[in-house]
Amino acid sequence: MSDKIIKKEELQDFLKALKKAHEVFVPAKEKDFYRFNPLTDENKGDLNFTNTRLSPKSLLFPQSERIFEYTLDEESSDAHIVKESSKDYPSTVIIGIRPCDAKAMRLVDVNFNNPEFKDPWWVKHLESMTFIGLGCNEPCSTCFCTSVGCGPFNEEGLDVLLFDLGENFLARALTPKGEELLKQGGVDKDANSGLKKKADELKIEAENKISSHVPTDKLKEKKVDDLFNAPFWDDIAFACINCGTCTFLCPTCWCFDVQDEITKKQGDRIRNWDSCMFPLFTLHASGHNPRPEKVQRVRQRFMHKLKYYVDKYNNGVACVGCGRCVKSCPVNIDIREVFSLMNDL
Amino acid sequence: MKRKEDIDLIFQPNLVRIERILPQMSDHRLFQLKFVDEDVARAFFHAPGQFVEVTVLGVGEAPISISSPPTRPGIIEICIRKAGSVTSALFELQKGDFIALRGPFGRGFPMDILKGQDLLLVAGGLGMAPLRSLLQAILDDRASYGDLVLMYGARNPDDILFKYELLGLMNRTDIKYLLSVDVDEEGIWRQYIGVVTGLFERVELNPETTFCGLCGPPIMYRFVVQELLKRNIPTERIFVSLERMMQCGVGKCGHCAIGEYYCCTDGPVFKYSEISHIKEAI
Repeated sequence: MSDKIIKKEELQDFLKALKKAHEVFVPAKEKDFYRFNPLTDENKGDLNFTNTRLSPKSLLFPQSERIFEYTLDEESSDAHIVKESSKDYPSTVIIGIRPCDAKAMRLVDVNFNNPEFKDPWWVKHLESMTFIGLGCNEPCSTCFCTSVGCGPFNEEGLDVLLFDLGENFLARALTPKGEELLKQGGVDKDANSGLKKKADELKIEAENKISSHVPTDKLKEKKVDDLFNAPFWDDIAFACINCGTCTFLCPTCWCFDVQDEITKKQGDRIRNWDSCMFPLFTLHASGHNPRPEKVQRVRQRFMHKLKYYVDKYNNGVACVGCGRCVKSCPVNIDIREVFSLMNDL
Repeated sequence: MKRKEDIDLIFQPNLVRIERILPQMSDHRLFQLKFVDEDVARAFFHAPGQFVEVTVLGVGEAPISISSPPTRPGIIEICIRKAGSVTSALFELQKGDFIALRGPFGRGFPMDILKGQDLLLVAGGLGMAPLRSLLQAILDDRASYGDLVLMYGARNPDDILFKYELLGLMNRTDIKYLLSVDVDEEGIWRQYIGVVTGLFERVELNPETTFCGLCGPPIMYRFVVQELLKRNIPTERIFVSLERMMQCGVGKCGHCAIGEYYCCTDGPVFKYSEISHIKEAI
């Protein structure tokens, strides 16, 4: 682990140097919101953001991704053969990913990349990525990262963590990949102890600014049945309109749907994000639907994040406290309240 | 731990040829399938109750239970009811056409546990499709099991799956085969008329030694399980096969989540004791 210094006026030089060898994504403002876009001559990135509206999970787990292809042309020599779509996995650097989102990628990785199962596309996307995170000097009001094993300067899942010290960034390399990248980008000036101290203070200061806290300590010991049959689900679900916004914004939601699309004689098998909030999610061709009621679907989502994942992977809750669902839910369903209700049942 | 090459190929559909299509009742057909690649065919081994993901090129993929037993390898049989887009497309196909399979997936019936035990199989409607795999596996190795009872409840005398094949069991002494129909409008039915639970009056079940395998619509489970509990069959000896939208087959896409379980990897065959506490399970 080494701490280097990047002067703010030299940031563009650093990014340009990286761009020679990698695809580089930076936060960019589009209308009222930020998102990760490729670094170009026009898009130089803008690090004065709170967080992107959508999490960066789409860079590793695209909202729609072609996974197989085939031809329906009987004349073709490979008619009927379903072939994996060939894809490039160029080395990619994500600049400015927030620590909560970086941790989220680790949580999803537990699901998609373990001894029992390796999702071929997730694994290759993840391997091609380097994450240069940006700590949060000013966490937003809906953030509750410190309650769920994360924090505004959490290092998990990051290769480099940037501390915004005003005139400079302190760049803390956390992995050999991160060290290498800083070297490639021409960052070689060591941070002096004064700046290191300032960075550490910044971290504590930011942690103290997090105003939302949720309890999680008793989730593990709760009985699944007690939580499932708890009296509060109707109240939580009452206002839900099943729009699925929470699942699409959530950096740790990974459910997907696979569809075949046909264009003339070309068939593509496409994997798309799906949402457990939708009634069709569980509908069988027979007409039977095991979760026809919205209260069942709302319960499923929270139980999955705050109980089933906790029990299955012994890795904490499947939530990093980014606050996106709290901020964007059109009917103000607040996962922080659900944490309290479930934990303190 | 699984082998790396198995993990890599988990989403890869393998080409199969439709060897034969056997019409069943009105909207059901039995497809006999054979892998084109002989290595794939040899490596395919399933337990009764497991399922495959069936691809019809140009349409999509659907989870279908395997109707043939592991004791008769080479040909894989799937019994299809015309219901959704994939199954409807299957009905357009003919002998010699190609489709593709992934699998087998999931946890089937625990044959090692069932060996040597008295068995009661209860099927309702299309539930006979996966249960036939279990039934044939037992019949092919009959000496390894104890008493065998099969109860099958169909809607009406016309809607009986594997009708003639199962009729052959009527004369056997090593299986008690009881058939019921819910309604018999034409008045042709000589056997039991009523719901399948009515058949329980005709059997003696030893609660000490009987294991049960159930497959049918959710409503059937509720009533059959009640009958079994009345007869003191322990819940951990009742195996139920659940139906869910099992899309990826490997516990990742989320569609088949039942409480803390994924139907496609933890099931589709569950001990009743495992799922009886989950309200949404049945």
